[in-house]
Amino acid sequence: MMEHAWLIPIFPLVTFLVLLLSGGRLRERGAFIGIICTLASFVLSLLVLIERFKEPTYNISIDWLSFGGTQLTAGFEINQLNALMLVVVSLVSLLVQIYSKGYMKGEVRFSIFYAYLGFFTFAMLGLVMAPNLLQLYIFWELVGVGSFLLIGFYFYKLEAKAAAKKAFIMTRIGDVGLLIGIILLFWETGSFEYGEIFQAVQSGMISSEKLTLIAILIFIGAVGKSGQFPLHTWLPDAMEGPTPVSALIHAATMVAAGVYLVAAMFPLFMASFAAMQIVAITGGITAIFAASIAIVQKDVKRVLAYSTISQLGFMMLALGTSGYVAGVFHLMTHAFFKALLFLAAGSVIHAIHTQDMEKMGGLWRKLKWTGPMFLTGTLAISGFPLLSGFFSKDEILMAAWENGSYILFGLAVVTSFLTAFYMFRLFFMMFAGDSRSQVEQVKESPFTMLIPMLALALLAVIGGYIQTPWFGTFLGEWLVEGNEALLGASHSEGPVWIMLLAVLVSLAGIYLAYRIYAKKKLPRQWLVKENSEVYRILENKYYIDEIYHFTAGYAIKGFSIFLSYIERFIVGGLVSTVTSSIEGLGKIGSKLQTGQVQQYGMIAFLGLAVLLVIFAVTGGI
Amino acid sequence: MTGVPLSAYLVLALVLFCIGLYGALTKRNAVIVLISIELMLNAANINLVAFSKFGVTPSITGQVFSLFTITIAAAEAAVGLAILMSLYRNRKTVNVDEMEIMKN
Repeated sequence: MMEHAWLIPIFPLVTFLVLLLSGGRLRERGAFIGIICTLASFVLSLLVLIERFKEPTYNISIDWLSFGGTQLTAGFEINQLNALMLVVVSLVSLLVQIYSKGYMKGEVRFSIFYAYLGFFTFAMLGLVMAPNLLQLYIFWELVGVGSFLLIGFYFYKLEAKAAAKKAFIMTRIGDVGLLIGIILLFWETGSFEYGEIFQAVQSGMISSEKLTLIAILIFIGAVGKSGQFPLHTWLPDAMEGPTPVSALIHAATMVAAGVYLVAAMFPLFMASFAAMQIVAITGGITAIFAASIAIVQKDVKRVLAYSTISQLGFMMLALGTSGYVAGVFHLMTHAFFKALLFLAAGSVIHAIHTQDMEKMGGLWRKLKWTGPMFLTGTLAISGFPLLSGFFSKDEILMAAWENGSYILFGLAVVTSFLTAFYMFRLFFMMFAGDSRSQVEQVKESPFTMLIPMLALALLAVIGGYIQTPWFGTFLGEWLVEGNEALLGASHSEGPVWIMLLAVLVSLAGIYLAYRIYAKKKLPRQWLVKENSEVYRILENKYYIDEIYHFTAGYAIKGFSIFLSYIERFIVGGLVSTVTSSIEGLGKIGSKLQTGQVQQYGMIAFLGLAVLLVIFAVTGGI
Repeated sequence: MTGVPLSAYLVLALVLFCIGLYGALTKRNAVIVLISIELMLNAANINLVAFSKFGVTPSITGQVFSLFTITIAAAEAAVGLAILMSLYRNRKTVNVDEMEIMKN
C-alpha cells in the first residue's frame, strides 16, 4: 500500500483542479467532490499508517534534475512521523470539509472555498511526505499560498485582506531563514536528502558552529510558520478567515508544520546544544507570553488563536528539551482538540452571529450539542485528567524536568495554569450565566457541522491513550523505533508529583475561572484591574504590533522613500541623460539631411574623387 | 580605318561626362538636370563603343551593351519626365532647390 502513497496528496489536488476548472458552476455540489476526494486520501493514509506499523520506512525517489555531479531527486517517504502526520492532516481536513458544508451554506463562492481547501490539503500532505528539504521547501511555500488564499477568502473585507497579506509576509520572513538554512546545508553536505544530511551530521562533517547556525536558520522558518514569538502576530489576525479555515490551517495543520519541521530535522537539532536551547527557550517564552494575552482578549477566535500559539510554544519547548515523542504527541492531540474548539466556536458564531464573548452567555441550555463538545475540548486543552491533553502535556512537563530545564519547567507549569484559566473563562463567558446576546432565536447547527465535532470530541477524549504512563507507551516506542540513538527515549520518566502538580494547577485554573466568571463570587477585577497598566498591556498584546509598526514598519518606509529618491534622481537622471544625448546626436545627424539632391550628388562625387585619389596614390594596396 | 586614336574617344567622353556632371550638380531647372544625366549616360556609351573596338579583345559586345543602355536611358528619361510632370502639377515649380520635403 505504501508504494501507492503518492496518491494521497493527488486526491485533494484533483478537487482543486476540478472545482477550479468548473468555474464555480458546481456551487454547493462542489462540497461532495471535496469530501469524497479527501475521504479517499484519509482512507489511504490510514491504510498506509497501518502498514507502516509492520513494515520499515518506505522511500522512493526518481531523478529530477542533474547538473554537474549533483543529482536532485523527487519522491516521497513514509516514516513513522510522516505516516502519523498524513492521517492527522487528512482526517482534520476531511472533518473540516464536512463541517464547511453546513457552515458555508449560502456562500456565493462556495465551490471556490472547497477548491482552496483542496489546494491547501494537497500542499500540506505533500509537505509531510517530502523526502528531501528542497521538496519540503516547495510545498512549504505552497502551504503559505493556500493559507493566504483562505485567510483572504472574504477579500472584500479590509481586515481580511490586510490579515492575508500580513500572514504571508510574516511567514515569508521565517521562510527566508529556512531557505538560507537549506542552502547552507546543501553547501556543507551536497545533498537535500534527510538521510544523507543526518549521516553527515553524525560523522561530524559539519563544524559545530555551522551546525548551530544552520539549525537556528531552519528554526526561524519554523518560528514563522508556527507563530512563535516574535513572528507570531500574523496568527491572531488570520482569524479573519472563515472559522473552518482557522480550524484546519491555524490549529491543526499549517501551524504544526513548523513543529513538524523541527521534529523531522530532529537529529540535526540534537547535534547542537545551543540550537536546542534556543528552540526550548523560544517555545517556553511563546507559551507563557501568548497565554497571558489570551486571558484578556474578548474575541472568541482570538483567544483560541493565542491559545494555539501558546500550545505550539509547548511543542517547541518539548522538542527543545529533547522530548521528541512529547512534542509529536502533543502535536497530534492538539490537532484534535484545537480543531474541535475552533469548530465548536464556529458553531456558536454560526448560531448567534458574533465573535465577542461579552455578547454571549447562557448558551449551554440553547446549544445542547455544541456546549458539551466545546466543554470536551476545553477540558482536553486544560489538561483535565484522563483526557488527551492531560497525557501529552504531562509528557512535555516530564521531558522538561528530565532534561534539567527547571526554569522552563516552571514556565510550562505556570502556562498550564493560565491555559486552564483562560479556556474556562472563555467557556463560562460563552455558555454560563444569562444571555447577553441580541439574537432571540438561537438555533443549533445542522448535523453536517455536529458530526465532525463529535468525531473530534471522541478523539480529544481517547486520543491520549496511545501514550500513557499506565497503559503502555505505544506511540513513543513506535515513533523512535530503529532510531533510539537519534530521537531519544520513547517515554520521559519523571517523579510522580509532576503529574499531581499538573492536575493541581489545571484544576486551580478551572476553579478560579469558575469563581470569577460562572459564580461571579470574585469580581473580575480580582486578578487585574480593567484600567490598570498591566491589563492594558495585555489587551494590546504587549504592543508588539505597534512596536513593529514603529520600528520595522517605519524603517522600511523610510528606506523605501530613500530608494524612491535614488530611483527618481539617480537612476531616472541617468536614463534621461542617455536618452537626451542620443537625441542630440540624432538632431545633429538630421541637420545633414538638407533635402538638396544636388548637394548629395556633390558629396558623393567628392567622396568618389577622394577615394580615387587615395587609390592612385597608394596604388591599390 | 585609321586616324582617330582611342584617346580621342576617351577625351570626348570625359568632356561630355564633365559637362553632364556639372549640369546635374549646378542647374536649378529639373529638366536641364535630366538632360545633363542623359549626357553622362552618353559619355559612358561612347566609352563602351570605343573599348569594343580598341580594347584588349575587340568584339561586338560593347556596342550591344550601348544599345541596351540607350534603351534603358530612354525608359529612364520617360519615367523621370513623368515624375517631373506630376511634381510640377503639385508644386507649381521645376526648381530642384525647392524639392526638399525629405529634409531633416
